Amino acid sequence: MSERAGPSPSRRAFLQQAGGLTLAFYLAPGVRTSRADDDPPPKPFMPNAFVRIGTDNSVTVIAKHLEMGQGVFTGLATLLAEELDADWSSVRVEGAPADAGKYANGNMGVQLTGGSSAMANAHEQMLRAGATARAMLVAAAAQLWHVPTAEIRVVYGVVSHPASKRATRFGALAALAATQPIPQQVTLKQPTQYRLIGNGIVRRKDGHAKTNGSALFTQDLRLPGMLIAVAARPPRFGARVKHVDDAAAKAVAGVIGVVPFTANDGSDGGGVAVLARNTWIAKRGRDALRIEWDESGAVHTDSSQLLARYRSLADQAGQLALEAGDATAIEAPGLRVITATYEVPYLAHACMEPMNCLVQLTEGGVSIWNGAQSQTADQAAVARLLNLKPEQVRITQLYAGGSFGRRAGAQSDYVLEAVAIARAASAVGQRVPIKLVWMREDDLRAGYYRPAFLHRIRAALDQDGALVAWQQRIVGQSVLRGSSMEALIKDRIDSTSIEGAARPYAIPNLRIELTTPTDVGVPVQWWRSVGHTHTAFATEVMIDELAAAAGRDPYLFRRNLLAAEPRLVGVLDLAADKAGWGRPLASGAAGVRRGRGISVHGSFDTCVAQVAEVSVAADGKLRVERVVCAVDCGLAINPDIIVAQMQGGIGFGLGAALHSAITLKDGVVEQSNFDDYAPLRINEMPVVEVHIVPSDETPTGVGEPGVPPIAPAVVNAIYQATGRRIRTLPIGDRIAPETAGASQLPGTA
Amino acid sequence: MPSFTLNGRDVSVDVADDMPLLWVLRDELGVTGTKYGCGRALCGACTVLLEGNAVRSCVTPLAAVDGKNVSTIETMAADPVGRLVQDAWRRLDVVQCGYCQSGQILAAVALLQSNRNPSDADIDAAMSGNVCRCATYARIRAAIHQAARALGTLSP
Repeated sequence: MSERAGPSPSRRAFLQQAGGLTLAFYLAPGVRTSRADDDPPPKPFMPNAFVRIGTDNSVTVIAKHLEMGQGVFTGLATLLAEELDADWSSVRVEGAPADAGKYANGNMGVQLTGGSSAMANAHEQMLRAGATARAMLVAAAAQLWHVPTAEIRVVYGVVSHPASKRATRFGALAALAATQPIPQQVTLKQPTQYRLIGNGIVRRKDGHAKTNGSALFTQDLRLPGMLIAVAARPPRFGARVKHVDDAAAKAVAGVIGVVPFTANDGSDGGGVAVLARNTWIAKRGRDALRIEWDESGAVHTDSSQLLARYRSLADQAGQLALEAGDATAIEAPGLRVITATYEVPYLAHACMEPMNCLVQLTEGGVSIWNGAQSQTADQAAVARLLNLKPEQVRITQLYAGGSFGRRAGAQSDYVLEAVAIARAASAVGQRVPIKLVWMREDDLRAGYYRPAFLHRIRAALDQDGALVAWQQRIVGQSVLRGSSMEALIKDRIDSTSIEGAARPYAIPNLRIELTTPTDVGVPVQWWRSVGHTHTAFATEVMIDELAAAAGRDPYLFRRNLLAAEPRLVGVLDLAADKAGWGRPLASGAAGVRRGRGISVHGSFDTCVAQVAEVSVAADGKLRVERVVCAVDCGLAINPDIIVAQMQGGIGFGLGAALHSAITLKDGVVEQSNFDDYAPLRINEMPVVEVHIVPSDETPTGVGEPGVPPIAPAVVNAIYQATGRRIRTLPIGDRIAPETAGASQLPGTA
Repeated sequence: MPSFTLNGRDVSVDVADDMPLLWVLRDELGVTGTKYGCGRALCGACTVLLEGNAVRSCVTPLAAVDGKNVSTIETMAADPVGRLVQDAWRRLDVVQCGYCQSGQILAAVALLQSNRNPSDADIDAAMSGNVCRCATYARIRAAIHQAARALGTLSP
């Protein structure tokens, strides 16, 4: 075993942090043993910010990343426990508080869970945290038993000295371990020595609490004296409260107060909150408010007009975002030029737990309890609102009931709203903990959507069917603009608007232009896999259209264009092989047409290929029957969680592809709940088979990369089944029968 | 004052009898395993058992449970079928964010209590009212089948 050579970025980040490590002592609440009452309580051993070992043998991993379903608590704990050689059944996980000094994302420098980056940024940090703790336990045992450290073994939470037949568990060594010097160097295991990493039978650490009702979400937390706030907010983005008649609201039995508030220092419209001890009463009060709104600055966006505008914007040159070779080569004689336009709508995240946030104003600042992805940005935003220092904003991390990017608030919208309500309540004498609770309708209509996008692609094939040129115009709002990450916009190009477009297909002559409307007025935000949600759709469907036009097999056409991308080829080959690509599909019942479609896409350094099988009944009814998925995410830390994230990503992406669209009519969001914003349901879930490429490479993320390939795979399968090419999402439940004369071939010029 | 039996214990609450059971459980009684998701019986996150039948507590007024038996996720470990369903959920690691899973488990328990060997179509019919945005559906299906097998070995 030896130190791995060549510090990676994450290792450097760890070493910088490690320089500041100090021994911390923590008095675990409720940890009592049979010691005399006047003895001090036993001190757990906390060698670094990520692990605490109790005298009761418990190992508590402190997770710097938010658990929102993706399995990160289990992933971080697996890494740390691996190098600690802990007994997995003794390992617990708790969320870290907001503290970027200790818990920054090594890739970003701020505390943030996002970009499918948790395993990538934290794996070495967690391994070393575990190895450091283990070394100190070993040193403690060596001191206690007067034997060399080299003769000490640690297996499943038991520290032993085989030669003298002595053994003990971690707890008995905790106090002595805390007095050992922190080792400056630790030796990490080789992958062949792993017991937990890569072990498919390791179970999730949150599986028990989430099946007995005890898992604590923001929705569930109640503090003494706490009031629930349910708020009315503008019917159109940009409207403001003009006049409030709260008589009927105050007349609702149980309503304790009505407080108008302005969030976000007045740049947001604010609203009116009704306070009660019971959510239903607060909601009844809210619904009884009569509010006159000042709509002079309101947005009257209409989705259909917006798309028409985007189409005309795509007729004009945009800003150059990416160029290779000479894309005017597309005008050369003798080429076959294919043009197609792809359109995707606004999408809501629609987490099962609607947005909420618990706030208590304190003497020294403010305390917040929620499940948030971007603690550092939230701290900064709240500090600005309240004229505090960021460190005066304390955030306790709870489980999040889904997020998909929504709780990484681009502008901390609902967090600021909760703080603004607490401030307004305090001003009228209610200086109590305030929990803002959004109803489902509030959640779906609040904006911060995946932006609607339009892609127009012109691509050219030569006489041999080779792809020689690709021109792409992308039109849509920027998610980075106005967000806490606005600084990432370079030369007016939001890289998240174009990430995943065309590349890495080997296209000799490529030009991508971007048009970013800034006057739409609908708040937008990252949504699980961000730009890849739409760039993969446009790219992977266009590639399929080109393969069809060239008369090539769509799998082999892709493979040929990806010759320099072995990881993408690897997943493409694996998915095709496991799906039986090239072998005919069993025919369906009479009148049922079946087809297979393929797609491949890399996002967040993870490669995923999917083969979808669909059937289209005689009446057009569409069913996605089976999806075969291959994923290469480097070292598979928790294989079963990788499988779960692919299954879930496919279901999440499929629901959006089939059903989901947020539309606006004269500025009013038309959807309100799960009837008109339909999620995927169990009867629509295809059989999903997941195959993981074996790898010892640095692990990469799996929370998002399963999403992008599914929409194009399904659309490409529908084409194989019916000859109809879908270019606008959502697809809908049915594939309309072909009408006479309507060409389903892409436009040719 | 309306009263009912919650997880085997008699409770009474002094609130308007049109208050949905969901908010009685969560905000009056502090029993928070039952979740709010939509308020209109569209997502199933609030599913509880009323006299053994799955109901959406977000649209069930307190008056409708007066004098009746209500069971929530908190008592499933003490329920023979509930225990098997929880075990299957844990063995297969069904959960992701977990917010909908109380409702999913209660709906599955109600299904297995009336149908000890459900087909895939039976599962679709019983469970399609329960939304999971993490799309854990494949494992929910597998866990119900696994619990049904375990149930089959318990008694004839």
